[in-house]
Amino acid sequence: MDRDVKISARNVNFYYGKTQALKDISIDIFQKKVTALIGPSGCGKSTFIRLLNRMNDLIPGARVEGRILMDGADINHPKTDVVSLRRKVGMVFQNPNPFPKSIFDNLAYGLRIGGVRDRGFIERKVVDSLKKAALYEDVKDRLHDSALMLSGGQQQRLCIARCLVVEPEVILFDEPAASLDPISTRKIEELVLELKEEYTIVIVTHNMQQAARVSDYTAFMYLGRLIEYGDTERIFTVPREKMTEEYLSGRFG
Amino acid sequence: MIHRSDISQAIGFLLLGACIAFALFFLGTILYFILVRGAPAISWEFLTSEPRRAMTQGGVAPAIVGTFYLTVGAVFFSLPLGLACAIYLCEYSPKTVLVNIIRLSINNLAGVPSIVFGLFGFAVFVKAFGFGVSILSGSLTLGIMALPGIISASQEAILAVPQSHKEASLALGATHWQTIAKVILPSAFPGILTGVILNIGRVAGETAPILFTAATFYTRGYPDSVFSEVMALPYHIYALMTEGTRPEIQTQIAYGCSLILLGLVLAISALAIILRERQRRIHGS
Repeated sequence: MDRDVKISARNVNFYYGKTQALKDISIDIFQKKVTALIGPSGCGKSTFIRLLNRMNDLIPGARVEGRILMDGADINHPKTDVVSLRRKVGMVFQNPNPFPKSIFDNLAYGLRIGGVRDRGFIERKVVDSLKKAALYEDVKDRLHDSALMLSGGQQQRLCIARCLVVEPEVILFDEPAASLDPISTRKIEELVLELKEEYTIVIVTHNMQQAARVSDYTAFMYLGRLIEYGDTERIFTVPREKMTEEYLSGRFG
Repeated sequence: MIHRSDISQAIGFLLLGACIAFALFFLGTILYFILVRGAPAISWEFLTSEPRRAMTQGGVAPAIVGTFYLTVGAVFFSLPLGLACAIYLCEYSPKTVLVNIIRLSINNLAGVPSIVFGLFGFAVFVKAFGFGVSILSGSLTLGIMALPGIISASQEAILAVPQSHKEASLALGATHWQTIAKVILPSAFPGILTGVILNIGRVAGETAPILFTAATFYTRGYPDSVFSEVMALPYHIYALMTEGTRPEIQTQIAYGCSLILLGLVLAISALAIILRERQRRIHGS
């Protein structure tokens, strides 16, 4: 079984001003696998994945310590180009956030900002990505309608497609189904399982069943610490830590 | 059964209704008054020809043209400057005391009396820069007067763009500037446009700022460069009411000018609304 490490975090601490949100996190994230981060609200799981594409750079007073390596290169190194990092590490947010533009323009955006001008190429990539995100059949006749006309679940799949257009290597999902109904949620989960053939996926979720259904590896976090990390099956059947067991059995959280 | 809360609600609605009716009454009265007094003066000749016989006959076309130039000039200066300020304040400025003072100053600038802007324009543009009494000086003065309103409206419009759109763009590998140019500004555009047009509409009818900087009582023909003095509708009204020898005829012409000015400002506002609605439809929000 190949277990190439895609991202490796070593002794990562993270501070919002004086508040420490992450404490000494060390974790290896494996290539073309789904890694789920679970834990109660405020445990730092969203904070952690936002470090992987440096979205936390936007927060004034935020500070990170330790090293996060992707393909062996330190992503926080002063010479790292954050723009190309974010092209490699795509992100799907908790609430669907399509731009107030047409479906087509939403997808074309990532290519256009990258300097792509070839219209034929853009069109092919848009259609490809919509197909990969299982949205093409729903929208093929109205690519030039506003993306805001779509349902919540469709909007989220649009956001996934938008992220695929720029050909990332890693996709971060920050509770992607938290605001969706059960059917839309199932579609997103099926999509995650298909996408792991090609992409390394990290998914933050509140929903333990969801973690069990979609992930190969599960990390349990609590109060900014990584409590336990391992094969999803093992974590859910024989957790080693008492805290993990208590959380999984619903005794707190 | 009647509850106390029902009664207080009824009284509340009644009071609100009365206030609205009161405000509308005055607005209606002003419009009616200007319309009734001004309409008889309006004719094709009034709109298209130059004044004759010490302004007691002929039309006010040069004043209409002058106001048009001054207004367009004011937009030309204040839109890029105001937008740039708003973008800087919202997106780039560090959160320091100095920047807060700048913000506060901009808000205070909106409260400066228009005659003070006029004096400033005279001292700086007319004298120090040597532009003389001209369209250029007047446009700059009007533009500066519209600036605080344009900055505030643009800032509000920019800050109203959801953070999630900004994050989506950055997460796709867009630079900060691409995010501003392609996501934030298009979404904020209807709000910015409305702010610009409403503020320009407000300054287009101002007399004091152009009193010493651009306006003149009478010109022969039309302005031929940005350094020409111009006639302008607000100042023309002022001149008609304070100078000359035939007050009864001049008053009538002044009402005619008022009606044109009012129509102009209303047309500008209507334009703002139409453009905003069109943009909203395109962006589907």
